[in-house]
Amino acid sequence: MMAVGALVVGAGTAVALALVAFQSNLIYFYSPSEVLAGELPPQARIRLGGIVEEGSVQRSGSDTTVTFRLADCEQAIPVRYSGILPDLFREGQGIVAIGTYDVQSGFSAEEVLAKHDENYMPPELEESLKDKAGTSCMPVANT
Amino acid sequence: MIPELGHFALCLAAGLALMQCVAPISGVVLRRERWQAMAWPLAVGQVVFTIIAYGALTWSFIHVDFSVRYVATNAHSELPMFYRISAVWGGHEGSLLLWVLMLGAWTLLVAGLNRSLPRDIGASVLGVMGAVSCAFLLFTLLTSNPFERLIPAPPEGQDLNPLLQDPGLIIHPPMLYMGYVGFSVAFAFAVAALISGRLDAAWARWTRPWTTLAWSFLTVGILLGSWWAYNELGWGGWWFWDPVENASFMPWLIGTALIHSLAVTEKRGMFKAWTVLLAISAFALSLLGTFLVRSGVLVSVHAFATDPSRGVFVLMIFGFFVGGALLLFALRAARFQVRQQLTLFSREGLLLLNNVFLSVAALAVLLGTLYPLFVDAMGLGKLSVGPPYFDAVFAPLTMPLVLLVGFASAVMWKRGDWSRLRRQSLIPIAVAIVVAVLMALFGVRGLGVSAAILLAVWCMAGALAEPLRITLRRSRVKMGRAQWGMTLAHIGLGVFVLGVALVNHGSIERDVRLVPGETTEFAGYAFKFVGVARDEGPNYDADVGTVEVSRDGKAVATLNPEKRYYRMGGNPMTEAAIDISPLRDIYVSLGEPVQGGAWILRLYVKPLIRWIWSGALLMALGGALAATDRRYRLQSRAARAVTAEAESVHA
Repeated sequence: MMAVGALVVGAGTAVALALVAFQSNLIYFYSPSEVLAGELPPQARIRLGGIVEEGSVQRSGSDTTVTFRLADCEQAIPVRYSGILPDLFREGQGIVAIGTYDVQSGFSAEEVLAKHDENYMPPELEESLKDKAGTSCMPVANT
Repeated sequence: MIPELGHFALCLAAGLALMQCVAPISGVVLRRERWQAMAWPLAVGQVVFTIIAYGALTWSFIHVDFSVRYVATNAHSELPMFYRISAVWGGHEGSLLLWVLMLGAWTLLVAGLNRSLPRDIGASVLGVMGAVSCAFLLFTLLTSNPFERLIPAPPEGQDLNPLLQDPGLIIHPPMLYMGYVGFSVAFAFAVAALISGRLDAAWARWTRPWTTLAWSFLTVGILLGSWWAYNELGWGGWWFWDPVENASFMPWLIGTALIHSLAVTEKRGMFKAWTVLLAISAFALSLLGTFLVRSGVLVSVHAFATDPSRGVFVLMIFGFFVGGALLLFALRAARFQVRQQLTLFSREGLLLLNNVFLSVAALAVLLGTLYPLFVDAMGLGKLSVGPPYFDAVFAPLTMPLVLLVGFASAVMWKRGDWSRLRRQSLIPIAVAIVVAVLMALFGVRGLGVSAAILLAVWCMAGALAEPLRITLRRSRVKMGRAQWGMTLAHIGLGVFVLGVALVNHGSIERDVRLVPGETTEFAGYAFKFVGVARDEGPNYDADVGTVEVSRDGKAVATLNPEKRYYRMGGNPMTEAAIDISPLRDIYVSLGEPVQGGAWILRLYVKPLIRWIWSGALLMALGGALAATDRRYRLQSRAARAVTAEAESVHA
C-alpha cells in the first residue's frame, strides 16, 4: 500500500509540475498582419513568421544590433535583433523570429530561425504566406 | 544496369521478407515444425538481397551516376569518395535503405547467436522481424524508390547538403538507426512471448543483451548527433529540445526503463506485463520517431522535403505494428499476472521508482513534442513548446533518478537491509558532500548546481563502491561483465550530470563586433581578432578568420573559424573553431562582415562540455560490456547441451 501511495503522490506531483511548466511555455505563431491587427495578448512571447523585406536589413555601425522588416502578403513589422544571424538568413527569404512585440519599438527578437535548407520551409510559415485567394506571395527563388 | 539490379534485389528482398513473416508465424500457430524451420533460410535470403540492393546504390554513388535521380540530388562529381559513400544515406530514400539494412544486420545477429532458442520462440522472433522488414521494404519500394532513373541524366548533380559534409554525420545516422532498429528485436521477443504465452526468466535473459546493445547504439547515435550539432550548426549548444532530438530521446528513455524492468523480470519474475508493454512502447516510439522525421510534419534540421504520402505510409506501419501488438497484449497479458508482495525498500522497489520516473519523463517529452502537432491538426492555431518547458520538467524528474542510482548496489533484491545500506552509503555520501563543498569554495555555487554536483558525485561514488569493496577484500566473488557494465554506465550518468550542471551554470556566450586587431576579454581569456583571409577547399571557397586566444598574456590557442561557400550554390556554412580541453571548450564562430571591415563573432567559453559526451559514451560502453556478459552465453550453451542430450537419447 505504501508503495502504491508513494507512487501516486510522486507521479501526481511530477505530472502537475509538467503541466504548469507546459502551460507557461507555449509559444504561438503569428503573422505580421495578425500582430498589427492587435490579436496579440500583451507581453506575449511569440513566433513571428514572414519574409525579410528586400533592402530592409541594416547593421548597426557600432554594435551587433541588426534591424529588418518582416512582411507577409499585406503588411510588415520592424524587427530588432542583436547577434549573429543564421547562415540561411537572407533578404527575400522566409524566416521565423521568436520574441516579443511592442507597439512603439516593434518586434524585438531573442532568436532568429531561418529555413533549415534550401528546399524546406516551415509549414506554418508557408501557410501564413498565402493571400486570401490561397496563392503564395513568396518571391520566386532566383536560384 | 546496376541500379536496375539493385531495384530488382530490393523487390526480391521484400518478397522474401513477406515469406519470412508468414511461414514461421503460421508454422507456430498451426504447430508445423517445417514451416517454423524456414525462418532462418528465408531471413538469410532477405538480408542477402537487401545487401545487394544497398551495394548497388553505393556503386551508383561511387560512379556518380547522375541518371539515378537520388544520386543526382545528393551527390556532385567533385564530392570526395569518403562523402560519396556516406551520401548514400544523406537523403530520405537512401536512409530508408540503410534502415532496412540495419534491420537485416540485427536479424542475422539474432538468428545466428540465438540458435539455442526453443524453435517456436525463435521462429516467432524472426517472423516478427520479417514483418517489420517487409513493411519498410514496401515503404521504400512504393513511396521512396532510391533507384528511380532521371532521363536524360543531368550533367552535374545538386551535391550533398553541405550541412551533412562532416565526419560526425557519417556515423550519426547508422548508429541511431542501429538503436531504433535494435528495439525491433526486443519488440519481436515481446510479441513472441505474447504469441506463445510463455514469459519466464529465460525469456528475459534472451531479451536482455539485445535490448542493452540496441540501447547502447542509440546512446552513441544521440551523442554523435549532439556533438555534430555543437560542431556543425554553429549554435554552440549541445541539446535544443528540437522535436527530432526528442523523437530519438523518447525511445532512449523508454529503452532505459526497459533495461531496468527486464532485470526485475529476470531476477524476480515480476513486472512481466509491464516489461512487455515497455518493449512494445520502445519500438513504437522508434517508429514514431521515424514518422516525425520522414513525414515532414516537423520543422527541423532533419526534415527532408515533405511528401504527405510517405507520412501516411509510416503512420500505417505504425498503426499495424503498435495496434497489432497492443491488441495481442490486451488478449494475453492477463496470463503474465504475478501475485507477489513488493516492498518499496528493495532493489525491485527502487527499480519500480526508476521506471516511473523514466516513463513520466518520456511522457513529458511526448506531450511537448506532439501537442503542437495535435493543436495544428485540430486547426486551433500554430504553436510550439519552448525549451524552458523541457528544462523545467527534466530537472525535478532526473534528480531523484540520479539519487536512486547511488543505491543500486547497496539495496538487495527482495528486501533491503538498513544497516547494510547505512554502512555502504556512508563513504559515497561523504565524498559527495566534500566535492560539492570544495566546488562551492572554488566559486561553483548555487542551489541547482550544488545539488546537481552532490547527486552526480553520490551516483558515481555509489557505483564505484561495490567494485572497490570486492577488489579490496579480495573476496572470491568475481564481478561479471554485466556488473562492470552497470558500474560503468552509472559512472557515465554521473559524469554526464556533472557536465550538464557545469555547462548550464558556467557557460559564457558573447556575440561581439570586432575590427581586425581588436581584442575583447571575458571569462579570464583575451580574444584577439587578427583578421579574415580567403581560402579554397575541394568543393567550396571559404572566409577563414584568425582569433588568438590568450590567458594572462600566455597564448592558449589560435582558432580559425570558417565561413564556407559551396560552389554548387546554396547558402554559406559556418564552421566553428573549437579549442578542446577536458575542463573547458573555447568556441569561436564567424558571423558576418559589417561596415568598416569589422566582423560579428560569436565567442563561447563552456566548462566541462566534453563531460556530457564522455558521460554518454561511458553509458554506451557500459551497455555494450553488459550485453556481452558470459551469463547470457552460458545460458545458451547449457540449453544447447540439453538439446544435444535430448537428441542423443532419441538416437
